[in-house]
Amino acid sequence: MTVKVDKIKKELPEIFESFSEARRNGFLGAKAFKEQNRPMVGTFCTFMPQELPLAMGAAIVSLCATSDETITEAEKDLPRNLCPLIKSSYGFGKTDKCPYFFFSDLVVGETTCDGKRKMFELMGEYKPVHVMELPHNPVADRSLGMWIDEIKKLKGVLEDQFDVTITDDQVREAVVLRNRERKALKDFYALGKLKPSAIGGVDLLKVLYGSTFKFEKEDSIRELEALTEKVKTAYEAGQVLEDKPRILITGCPIGGVTEKVVKAIEDNGGRVVFYENCMGAKAVEDLVDESQEDVYQALADKYLKIGCSCMSPNPHRFDLLDRALDDYQVDAVIEVVLQACHTYAIETTSVKRFVNDKDRPYMSVETDYSTSDVGQLNTRMAAFIEML
Amino acid sequence: MKSIGIDSGSTMTKGVRMDGAVIEKKIMVPTGPNPRKTLEAVHAELYEEGAYTVTTGYGRNLLKASDKQVTEITCHGLGAGFIHEDIGAVIDIGGQDSKIILLDQGGYVRDFLMNDKCAAGTGRFMEVIVRLLQMDMDDMDTMVVGASPAKISSMCTVFAESEVVSLLAQDVEPASIAKGVVESICRRTANMAMRLPLQGKVFFSGGLSNVAAMQSSLSTHLGMEVVTHENGQYVGAIGAAMIGARQKKE
Repeated sequence: MTVKVDKIKKELPEIFESFSEARRNGFLGAKAFKEQNRPMVGTFCTFMPQELPLAMGAAIVSLCATSDETITEAEKDLPRNLCPLIKSSYGFGKTDKCPYFFFSDLVVGETTCDGKRKMFELMGEYKPVHVMELPHNPVADRSLGMWIDEIKKLKGVLEDQFDVTITDDQVREAVVLRNRERKALKDFYALGKLKPSAIGGVDLLKVLYGSTFKFEKEDSIRELEALTEKVKTAYEAGQVLEDKPRILITGCPIGGVTEKVVKAIEDNGGRVVFYENCMGAKAVEDLVDESQEDVYQALADKYLKIGCSCMSPNPHRFDLLDRALDDYQVDAVIEVVLQACHTYAIETTSVKRFVNDKDRPYMSVETDYSTSDVGQLNTRMAAFIEML
Repeated sequence: MKSIGIDSGSTMTKGVRMDGAVIEKKIMVPTGPNPRKTLEAVHAELYEEGAYTVTTGYGRNLLKASDKQVTEITCHGLGAGFIHEDIGAVIDIGGQDSKIILLDQGGYVRDFLMNDKCAAGTGRFMEVIVRLLQMDMDDMDTMVVGASPAKISSMCTVFAESEVVSLLAQDVEPASIAKGVVESICRRTANMAMRLPLQGKVFFSGGLSNVAAMQSSLSTHLGMEVVTHENGQYVGAIGAAMIGARQKKE
């Protein structure tokens, strides 16, 4: 099939714009939100159950930074040989350069990796930080009990901090709302299943990343649904992208400057069809069980199943990879590891074995928040795609 | 069908013109500060009407007259398979990076690893040390014969340079230092290579491949047969020309 590339992008500029510019425009949104006297809770990882702040009408914003702008400042307190995400996030907080950090009334962290855990201690010196103690074994019985306790403790912290009462019914309503948002996100990234593709990987990421800067869930859901519908309609009308080797991206969080990896893949003849990272499907794929009687257990069940490499054993990451490799007709896997992220770096060995056993080539690349390795990335990606 | 393959490396630019499976002409010049001009000069030298040109290496996108650009990984694999039969892997130590390429039976890339982060274990590392010892790269083999290798513990080129300076100050023989550097590069490269399931013979390419001491040290550290060829530096260019031979000039 001979097809014209980039048709869709030209057809739908304004709605893509709404997501790709979401982070920048979100500053104003955040301000407007705060002017209504509503609280904002900043988060770093996907383990924090968003349903709790949602239940009290708060907005949730991701504070995981994606640029190297404040790393120098961060390195005054933190070691150089530390993951750029941690350094950058800390730096943005410390220098007050990130309005989302500025507007966050409370920062909720989790004991995910060692780097973040210890960084939160220092961050607590200049910002109210609550750290949830995340168990690292997702299949042990005692982990579930501990995580339920931590979730209830967070509820108490929110109630104290903001002088409100969060009822179980409010939490249940938030579960339904957040599940609807998850479904909208899932329907959107499931466009990646289409072969030939309907949407490129760069656009896919822009929307996924942008959706974390939308503060009104209902708006976000509506826009996502509309976007999915438009892309589908255009696809059915014959606007498809050229068929290219289909790449799944896994590993550390990406977005912002690390979009360079996605660009390198797509500039060199590949097409990213699925993001397993936490900016993508990792924390969205499973819904919270709305039928479960104890809503806190339902939350704990869902969030403990997020397949982050800080978990050991980490079966859920491989379950998701397994399904996605087939459902998205993936030809090859690229893993992105941020410099000094030990857990993801170590897990590359198991992921490589797993992917190779499923008869797909695999390559991992280590990168940071600079753009100095773009040339090397291009050569690696081109060579990898030539190999397919 | 004639084809031209040019490998624009960080240190040297290598070019070949092939007529089918026969190398008609080959040239190699220092890349210098203007890789584009060097590429153009090499291309002009090899040019023949109707020949398909494929470029590879760091500067592969710089030549306007290039019909196709392919990465050095793919080209090295194909080129090595052309020069030597039953090659299972290629170890290329280039001017500013080193790579391990695992091949399938058709000479196509099955997997690869690259050290492209720093000059450790590359030709640049060797160059810096050779300059410090005021010796000529071509004399390396005669120099290190029978020498016992000095221990060079720093892999960072900059640190190793100061380490060598202090070894010289301790009156350590330059021959021992040179041998130590050879050992150090080969040990590091072998350690990286062993991350891939190497099988069969290993082909050693790149600027250092004509140093016999490198070849034998690599073989020792890998515990495998390592072969090379007088055209070891042209492998990328040959692979590029082979890809060109399969294309049709538009």
